[in-house]
Amino acid sequence: MAKRGAARFDRVIDTALALLAWLVALLVVGMVGWIVADLLRQGLPRLSWAFLVELPGDAGRSGGIRPILISTLLILGVCLAVSVPIGLATAVFLAEFQRGHRGFGPLVRYSLDTLAGVPSIVFGLFGNAFFSITLGLGFSILAGGLTLACMVLPLLIRSMEMALRAVPAEHRLATAALGLPQRVSLLYIVLPAAAPGLAVGLVLGIGRALAETAALLFTSGYVDRLPDSLLDSGRALSVHIFDLAMNVPGGGSQAAATALVLVALVLLINAFTSWAARRWLGSLHSTTF
Amino acid sequence: MTVQPKARPPHSSGRQQRPAIRRAVAGLALVAAVAGCSAARELKLSLSGSSTVAPLAAEIAKRYEASHPGTRVDVQTGGSSRGIADARSGTAQIGLVSRALRPEEADLVATTIGIDGIALIVNGANPVRSLSDDQIRAVYTGAISNWRQLGGADAPITVVTKAEGRSTLELFLEHFRLDNRRIRASVVIGDNQQGILTVAGDPHALGYVSIGTASQEATAGTPIRLLPLAGIAPTLENVRSGRYPLSRPLNLVIQPPPAAGVAPFLAFARSPEVHDLVEAQYFVPPAR
Amino acid sequence: MLKPSTSFHRHADRPLLWTLRLLSAVAALIVALILLFVLREAWPALLQLGPAHFLRDPGWHPASGDGDADYGLLPMLAGTLLSSGGAVLLAAPLGLGSALFATSYGPPRLRGPHRQLLQLLGGIPSVVVGFWGLVVLTPLIRQWHPPGQSLLAGILCLTVMILPTSAMLSEQALRDVPAGSLQAAAALGLSRRATLEGVVLPVARGGLLSAVVLASGRALGETMAVLMVAGNVIQVPATLFDPVRTLTANIALELGYALELHRSVLFVGGLVLMGVVAVVMALAAGLRSSPGHG
Repeated sequence: MAKRGAARFDRVIDTALALLAWLVALLVVGMVGWIVADLLRQGLPRLSWAFLVELPGDAGRSGGIRPILISTLLILGVCLAVSVPIGLATAVFLAEFQRGHRGFGPLVRYSLDTLAGVPSIVFGLFGNAFFSITLGLGFSILAGGLTLACMVLPLLIRSMEMALRAVPAEHRLATAALGLPQRVSLLYIVLPAAAPGLAVGLVLGIGRALAETAALLFTSGYVDRLPDSLLDSGRALSVHIFDLAMNVPGGGSQAAATALVLVALVLLINAFTSWAARRWLGSLHSTTF
Repeated sequence: MTVQPKARPPHSSGRQQRPAIRRAVAGLALVAAVAGCSAARELKLSLSGSSTVAPLAAEIAKRYEASHPGTRVDVQTGGSSRGIADARSGTAQIGLVSRALRPEEADLVATTIGIDGIALIVNGANPVRSLSDDQIRAVYTGAISNWRQLGGADAPITVVTKAEGRSTLELFLEHFRLDNRRIRASVVIGDNQQGILTVAGDPHALGYVSIGTASQEATAGTPIRLLPLAGIAPTLENVRSGRYPLSRPLNLVIQPPPAAGVAPFLAFARSPEVHDLVEAQYFVPPAR
Repeated sequence: MLKPSTSFHRHADRPLLWTLRLLSAVAALIVALILLFVLREAWPALLQLGPAHFLRDPGWHPASGDGDADYGLLPMLAGTLLSSGGAVLLAAPLGLGSALFATSYGPPRLRGPHRQLLQLLGGIPSVVVGFWGLVVLTPLIRQWHPPGQSLLAGILCLTVMILPTSAMLSEQALRDVPAGSLQAAAALGLSRRATLEGVVLPVARGGLLSAVVLASGRALGETMAVLMVAGNVIQVPATLFDPVRTLTANIALELGYALELHRSVLFVGGLVLMGVVAVVMALAAGLRSSPGHG
């Protein structure tokens, strides 16, 4: 009797959980579909080659997004030029030279974990106070790129460290046995072996930087013109979407078209990451029960 | 997301790391080079402040750049208070301020480039044609909360107000003798455009914005309507004649002495050469 | 992690090691630099006003004249906590549902596409979610109950933002259950529910909780998606349909023109935000290291 009751209870719970699982699956499909369909409906008619290469006119209501694309790329360039060397060096340090649970290495790791938890608007506050005002960079591509560099570092370092740790120990042992200096083993053995994983980390960082808005509002600013130098203010794609949506009546379809460009860029990057991760790092493990 | 690396091919090409480093070095060199370039450029004027003045200033800047090659004029918005602060701190050479300077701002010098008013706006679908000062006061303090009480549809009023630090807000409060603490708003906005967007998108909204910006939008087909104030229509003529009760000067503000290249720009911005631009933004050119 | 890396210390390459150390120190110092600068900018307000003002001032009128200004941060803290709390209440069960779909209830051939869709959703920048909320969601809510820009709109947009985080981390937590235990459960002929209840959930509880906490950290720090849809009126909302302003939105809205003490108080807001997120992250770390999590 009791056993049959328990079995029925089992079935009820099982059905409820199955229902929840399916509901969520459908909800995710619905949500993605809804958002993407709306963006496509509003933005696709505006999207063309001309949209990418023309200058914006009438506060962004007409024309294209050329200066915005260029500013975005420059901001990204500054961000990577600064964060990649620092990130790579830190990742190498943590993966190759740190074994203990005390001392400098764990301190670095703890500090990076904390940095990863800082909200993006706080990076904006910091970037505005430090880069724009204290260092006198003003609202500029340089200030925005440097702020983003601080923001993507934890992500960059964590993924690069993982890539380095995945290099089999035998590689290092072999070079050590040959009496080669570390520099040589690092440059010619470890880094090349980890290159694909490092690339994945890089691309993750790019994706994060492209999607960011809040940290850029008060560092790289709003100016929607072609920048002459890195000290000019430049408007990133995400800031352009924000401005068109919030401050420009009739800017909706242009905002949607810009959003499509941004989402396409981010998706391409994410797709590349997961493809590369599968290709080089082995598939995500797939235990089931 | 965690990608747990399990197995990977042991051998990859040794060439791949070198371009990475070379790229990084090239990137840094690029940063240095481009940053260096800017120092060599002839002249850069930066303007910042009022979102009411900014679009006009940007148009004037474009024309000025066209006739003065080698000069670049950048315009950032942020509100009149920001314009005052940036002009004082030197963050911008010229501050944009959409009100008269106050006694405590006597250290600054203002150049008036146009005159604007502030108008109450409602959605184009709203049947209400005019509101008295008392009614407006009652709506903004929460005493009236439904359009029915004003002769409109039975719908709650979406009260749109501006964020602190905006001179449009200050002048509005001053004119209606209101204290910002007593304002009961449904939506708080920053720029004029955002106010227009909110009112255009909500049939039951009431807001106040620059007449210039509002007229331009209304003419372009945005579904908003400007309401008369104390029976006087918010038109260019009424602002020009001084009959419209809620008007203000649009100023370019500097801290003397003017930085290099500033004086010619100020003279240009005041000259009849740009009056068509002032009028195109639905502002009144200053009398000379 | 994996195995400890092989040491080279016998052939230590001093210049290389010092270069790496130096750059690591730069990376490690950024967080200190951020704290230092945010504190430095917040200092005048902390010194002149003190916590009493931030807690007790009846409103937020930072730009009013001398001695007349109010700097109450509580309504915005309430906005932050309510919007994030609401989003987590929605995203946590949804995330668990998604994890169940991806590990046990979904047909295997649909699990891959499901994960890809989640990744796609996670890849949508917050400004795009905010834009969608502004043009699609708030008009819908307005038809139901004006003004549309509201706590509810903020909660829904935040949920969209954090669902992928919550789902992926929950899935990870379920996968952390050792395969051996599952095989044992299968060998015992336990039902799927009994396996979940008796084997999976006890082991994965810590991971699931930390998924919820990490997702809420994400929600607390989110700016654009709430800024664009929540109406930004400073008040403690009485209903889901009232507009609210979060700490993050307050900074984004006002930093552009804030001056002197007003600007300084915005940095205090940033500090408060960092504090709240730090508490949440510490909680997550505690949960992860708690016993019972594989």
